[in-house]
Amino acid sequence: MKLKKGIPVIDQGDKLGFWGGKFGGNFVPETLKKPIEDLETLFNKLKKDRNFINERDKYFKNWVGSPTRFIKLKNLTEYVGGAQIWSKVVSDANGGAHKIYNATVHCLLAKRSGKKVICGDTGAGYAGKMLSMAAKKFGLKCKIFMGAKDIQRQQPNVRAMKKNGAEVIPVYSGSQTLVDAVSECMRYWVANCDKVAMCVGSTVGPAVFVRICGWSTSQISRELKTQLVDEFGSVPKKLKLYNCVGGGSSSFGFWNEFMDYDKKQCEFIGVEAGGPVKSKKHAAPLTYGSKIGILHGAAQYVNQNTDGQIEETESISAGLDYPGISPLHCFLKDTKRARYTAASDEEALRAYKLVTKFEKLKPSLEPSHAFSVAIAEAKRFSEDTIVVVNSCGDAYKDRAIIERRLGKKYV
Amino acid sequence: MSNLISYAFKKAKSEKRPALLTYTVAGDSSKKQSLEILKSISKKVDILEIGVPHNTPVADGSQIQTSSYRAIKNGIKVNDIFKIVKDFKKFDKYKPVILMGYYNMIFQYGENEFLRKCKISGVNGLIVVDLPWPENKKFASKCKKRSIFFIQLLSPTTTKNRLKKIIKDSHEMIYFISMLSTTGGKLKVSSKEILSNYDKIKKINSKKNVVIGFGITEKTIKSLKKADGLVVGSAICREITNSLKKRQNPVTNVYNVVNRLKNKIK
Repeated sequence: MKLKKGIPVIDQGDKLGFWGGKFGGNFVPETLKKPIEDLETLFNKLKKDRNFINERDKYFKNWVGSPTRFIKLKNLTEYVGGAQIWSKVVSDANGGAHKIYNATVHCLLAKRSGKKVICGDTGAGYAGKMLSMAAKKFGLKCKIFMGAKDIQRQQPNVRAMKKNGAEVIPVYSGSQTLVDAVSECMRYWVANCDKVAMCVGSTVGPAVFVRICGWSTSQISRELKTQLVDEFGSVPKKLKLYNCVGGGSSSFGFWNEFMDYDKKQCEFIGVEAGGPVKSKKHAAPLTYGSKIGILHGAAQYVNQNTDGQIEETESISAGLDYPGISPLHCFLKDTKRARYTAASDEEALRAYKLVTKFEKLKPSLEPSHAFSVAIAEAKRFSEDTIVVVNSCGDAYKDRAIIERRLGKKYV
Repeated sequence: MSNLISYAFKKAKSEKRPALLTYTVAGDSSKKQSLEILKSISKKVDILEIGVPHNTPVADGSQIQTSSYRAIKNGIKVNDIFKIVKDFKKFDKYKPVILMGYYNMIFQYGENEFLRKCKISGVNGLIVVDLPWPENKKFASKCKKRSIFFIQLLSPTTTKNRLKKIIKDSHEMIYFISMLSTTGGKLKVSSKEILSNYDKIKKINSKKNVVIGFGITEKTIKSLKKADGLVVGSAICREITNSLKKRQNPVTNVYNVVNRLKNKIK
């Protein structure tokens, strides 16, 4: 299995949509074959269309707010000692997370295809919130599927979705989290694909959704590359990019522009959700060697039992609480381009405490996982190593959890 | 290639009626009871579809989901399903059985091993909901080698060009999904429209046995009588759920539903 240079990773899949011959694909009911093919044709055409790209860039710049900041975490660097710790503050983006890029592109595509309704899934509520914002902006009706457990633990985002006029549909099946929300959203699309567009909230799902999402979030690394050159004159000789990985949309977008660099120069570190220390459950299929299986239309490493039933996950962060992982990350793992590890709930909370103690930055629980590993490893690196953590979400949505776990003063 | 499924269609045709196919989930509500249900409805049904329950089913509505979760909760494993088929075949050797499920279950078992077990236990056909054409080409030919029908699915969204290619690659039985819906949805298109789509398929190759499924209940079954076969699934799963709620015997109640269905298409 080999990563090719000079070709975007999203376009390295084969004719049937498999990366490395085995990750991804289109394991979908017959009914969805046509709408998926239509979306593929549209996306393949538009991603080469200068006007469409200009339109995307216009909205990214004026509406999403690009570029998001790239800042040095001076106090944290001093405290940790070792590498310079920087952060790409993607939570600056309109709505407070990277999910806005994918949502915007999906709404632009829906408009082009003449659809008037868009449906989407959400875990932490960001994908749903952003889709509801974009749908409102572009005059589309919006339906969001969200696990009942997630609705309870991510209330601020639920309120935001409703305020934007979206219908939030609680999902009571299975574990009542993201995995069930994605299933229910796909079911809704199966029944309504003639009139409704679907947005999958991460780099997961049938191949075209993986590609659209990766294409959209790559805005993050395009900005970062320019910012690195502005700051250091060129891409640093020792660059390490840390990102949390749930479905994998923010990490893929954070790395994409640096894909062709040697990994000795630009190393990618993906941090999965290890779950509570005392629990056997986790949401880290790459770290803990889960077997390849099919989930939501794509072959990927996924937590499952020997029969092939998808296993329940557990994580403090709703956004990472997913049993599978993007086929793109499976591909990056097996080609050894990226390295994956996990942080536990407790480690993420400790990192959150440290970051907020030293810096004016409140990463949500998802990027707190990435901070945890970055802080632990930065100690060992030389001063000329540039560690960058993607702070891809804001902790506002996690207030209730943080207050309960760490006390009021950390909110 | 012919197998028991072909004979079942021939028999129904000779009686000038569509074949009746039922779908029940293996292990719903228990291993023992699901076998009892199969035995009790066997006389009335031409082909038995047995669902392999999966916990992330992307094409099933709430009734089949409920049945699947119930079966999984009660501990059903793939090996138990083969055992159920085997035990059923001891009871009624000539009744064709089709397993219907999602590809991950087969993938984890290993395609070859899964098919070997199918053969041993007496499975005559397979429907894999999320393994569409052309992705299913390789697996379908493996099935063919073992004289197991791989049943292709067609939907109202399938383009004409695609219809032709799939039908060309299909075995003797084809499953036509009546409308855009998950299983158990209310029939939202007219039977006239469904049958006009059905005719398009038959026109391409009249020799294939085409069954219609999704949205078929006691109310709607009669209007689709002209099809080669009709599948009822969610209505039966719902009956099991309701029987359990009312503390009644699901075996008797399901038999009564199937009996009424059969009478409507006689």
